[in-house]
Amino acid sequence: MADLSSNFLGIKSPNPFWLASAPPTDKEYNVVRAFKAGWGGVVWKTLGEDPNVVNVNGPRYGAVYGADRRLLGMNNIELITDRPLEVNLREIKAVKAAWPDRAMIVSLMVPCEEESWKRILPLVEDTGADGIELNFGCPHGMSERGMGAAVGQVPEYIEMVARWCKQTTRMPVIVKLTPNITDIRYPARAAKRGGADAVSLINTVSSITSVNLDTMSPEPSIDGKGSHGGYCGPAVKPIALNMVADIARDPETAGMPISGIGGVTTWRDAAEFLSLGASNVQVCTAAMTYGFKIVEEMKTGLSQWMDEKGYASIDQVVGRAVPNVTDWQYLNLNYVTKARISQDDCIKCGRCYAACEDTSHQAISMSADRVFEVIDAECVACNLCVNVCPVQDCITMERLPAGTVDARTGKVVSDEYANWTQHPNNPSAKAAE
Amino acid sequence: MTNSPYTPGIAPARLDADTLAGNFTDLHHPLDDHAALVAADRCYFCHDAPCITACPTDIDIPLFIRQITTGMPDAAAKTILDQNILGGMCARVCPTETLCEQACVREMAEGKPVLIGQLQRYATDTLMAKGVHPFARAAATGKRVAVVGAGPAGLACAHRLAMKGHDVVMFDARPKGGGLNEYGIAAYKAVGGFAEAEVDWLLQIGGIEVKTGQALGRDVTLDGLQAAFDAVFLGMGLAGVNALGTPGEDKAGVLDAVGFIEDLRQADDLAALPVGRNVVVIGGGMTAIDAAVQSKLLGAETVTVLYRRGREKMPASRYEQDLAASKGVRFIFNAMPLEAVGNGSVIALRAEYTADTGNGLQPTGEVFELPADMVLKAIGQTLDGAPTGVALTGGKIAVTGAGRTSAKGVWAGGDCAAGGEDLTVTAVAEGRDAAEDIHRELMA
Repeated sequence: MADLSSNFLGIKSPNPFWLASAPPTDKEYNVVRAFKAGWGGVVWKTLGEDPNVVNVNGPRYGAVYGADRRLLGMNNIELITDRPLEVNLREIKAVKAAWPDRAMIVSLMVPCEEESWKRILPLVEDTGADGIELNFGCPHGMSERGMGAAVGQVPEYIEMVARWCKQTTRMPVIVKLTPNITDIRYPARAAKRGGADAVSLINTVSSITSVNLDTMSPEPSIDGKGSHGGYCGPAVKPIALNMVADIARDPETAGMPISGIGGVTTWRDAAEFLSLGASNVQVCTAAMTYGFKIVEEMKTGLSQWMDEKGYASIDQVVGRAVPNVTDWQYLNLNYVTKARISQDDCIKCGRCYAACEDTSHQAISMSADRVFEVIDAECVACNLCVNVCPVQDCITMERLPAGTVDARTGKVVSDEYANWTQHPNNPSAKAAE
Repeated sequence: MTNSPYTPGIAPARLDADTLAGNFTDLHHPLDDHAALVAADRCYFCHDAPCITACPTDIDIPLFIRQITTGMPDAAAKTILDQNILGGMCARVCPTETLCEQACVREMAEGKPVLIGQLQRYATDTLMAKGVHPFARAAATGKRVAVVGAGPAGLACAHRLAMKGHDVVMFDARPKGGGLNEYGIAAYKAVGGFAEAEVDWLLQIGGIEVKTGQALGRDVTLDGLQAAFDAVFLGMGLAGVNALGTPGEDKAGVLDAVGFIEDLRQADDLAALPVGRNVVVIGGGMTAIDAAVQSKLLGAETVTVLYRRGREKMPASRYEQDLAASKGVRFIFNAMPLEAVGNGSVIALRAEYTADTGNGLQPTGEVFELPADMVLKAIGQTLDGAPTGVALTGGKIAVTGAGRTSAKGVWAGGDCAAGGEDLTVTAVAEGRDAAEDIHRELMA
């Protein structure tokens, strides 16, 4: 059995599944339920200075649905905890004392002033919490007050606040990054320069999920008006994976521990984050959609997969895919594939045909009796047919072996690696050395 | 309740009123908004979808389902009704299991097709509940067309003609329009007076006058109609029924299934309908199934369907057979009736097993008797009183193209015309296509 235990900055937890700072971690009651359900740790919902903030008294969440009302994306306009600081600190202390084997991280967001940070840190330290996470991510509400993403969008501020915290507390400092920037590497580098021990990402994405076409108000609507919210859930996973990988492979930040966040819904999502360099993952939307019990699927799934692949511990998975993330210019242009349709699996819906014929390369033929076949002479291997096919593995991409002729180009497939930097059409091509 | 399923002979009120009412409610509970959205989400929006090809009226099924998905059931209904003005009834009575839903790729993928029929009903019911009729007439052409028979073929033809701006007069022999929608078809497939409501809704387009109690050959003649109108469409269905031709057919209790179903459809009080304790239905089509199931639902103790060939040859779909079986109907395959036995009233049906040899159907010599105080004959209908002046083929009106008969200016469609399956949806398609052809001819 694979060992799922996690050691993140010396913070131990029985598994790498933490609940992210969010509504599920706002109260002792919820967190105890989470620990009973088997979560490895929590990042307590962001604390601020008293007087506590207030939330809107209308809807806080918007949604994007897939088929059968499956929640693909959600956004929120909820602020940081709206409970008094003392109440949260007392509950954090009690939960940590009762659950010493679980990770207890406290998320913080106070004004961008040194005394504010230096005032709150000892209070958190007193709870016995394992670490802090600096919320430089929330794109809504708090950012209007110069906090959250307003800090995370200015690398100099990140560096400054991280440094204040490291100077003040013994606790490990995790900087939570906002994706609402152009290049995630700059805030990550700033966090490292400021002495932060790790980064966590992504926070939510600025978003409007929908517009009520009767009232012409963005959703969620508060008395006919809407404000942009923070988008999360399965829809943001690709954005998060890319940003995690960017930080993992950036020479300036490589090796800095990463806590992966963004649409983790299944064990598979978690394994993908780990492979791209995250040392653990934080989950929110999936728990908010299905309840805390999902962690059981995540743990058993990850464990079984690791056993099947021969990974004994989490650290053997972390970063495994990072060397395979590269720039487009280095992709092998001699890797030639063609789509292959399994006639046994085909249910004859014709979506591959419509997609290819209408929007791509006219590389699928359709017979009168609805047999769909790939025309190799036209197929550029774009993968669209694979993506639109409703049957898993019915359409696959098959590599043409070296020595065969690509019917589209008429060229013999070479087994040599050749990329754009060497291509004759590239004006700045260098001859292969 | 005075009687029970065990009361001998033919008797009414074998079940109490509540049980009867429960037995004759909707076969399929209508989809509510939630169920419709869940069902609609399963549609893959196939390219050149097989379900469309399988639909005799070529309804753009993926489009109307997508319209349901996007919260536009009225638009979905318009998509359906554009092709099939009786889309509401077809949603209820079509053998979808042998048409669109059989062709659905999810039937192939998972053995569970998208619920096309029920989604179609959801869309059309939603629109009709609003009393909306989403079609308007074109400018008047001054042309007049006679439509004989206010069943599915005639109604579809009349509506399309009225839409094109022609004036239509419909003649129907019965007191009400609707044809088999009103007088045939199992009651649990068209509850709540739907057939009549649909006719009323259809006539909202205007320009259609319905004359009931007017039978061709009795009250009007084809010659007369041809003289008085610019075109004639014949869609009067099959009024005659085939005889068994076996001894005892004249005994009391030996009835035509179509008449039995008609009485049931028109009954105000199901408890007043007499039904046998032991019912035998002879035949293998939808009429046989409908008569058998409804006999059981009325409280018959035993109901047996006797079909002369094997199950695989039975015209009624396996789905319908299973529905009947689930209600307690027994099937005897490969057996033919020999004699209705009884002294005045039938008390038993004597039958003999058959073998489907290479040399046709042959009796095997093995004879058996079924207790029967009611025998319902459902062995096919015939064109009764075909008008002279149009050529027939195989006992039906011969047509070419879009329902053109041998007589100039006379079209035919539905069950009375040769070709096509005898289905409501096929009749609608034939009526509609004949109307388009009539329109082209009149405007040429």
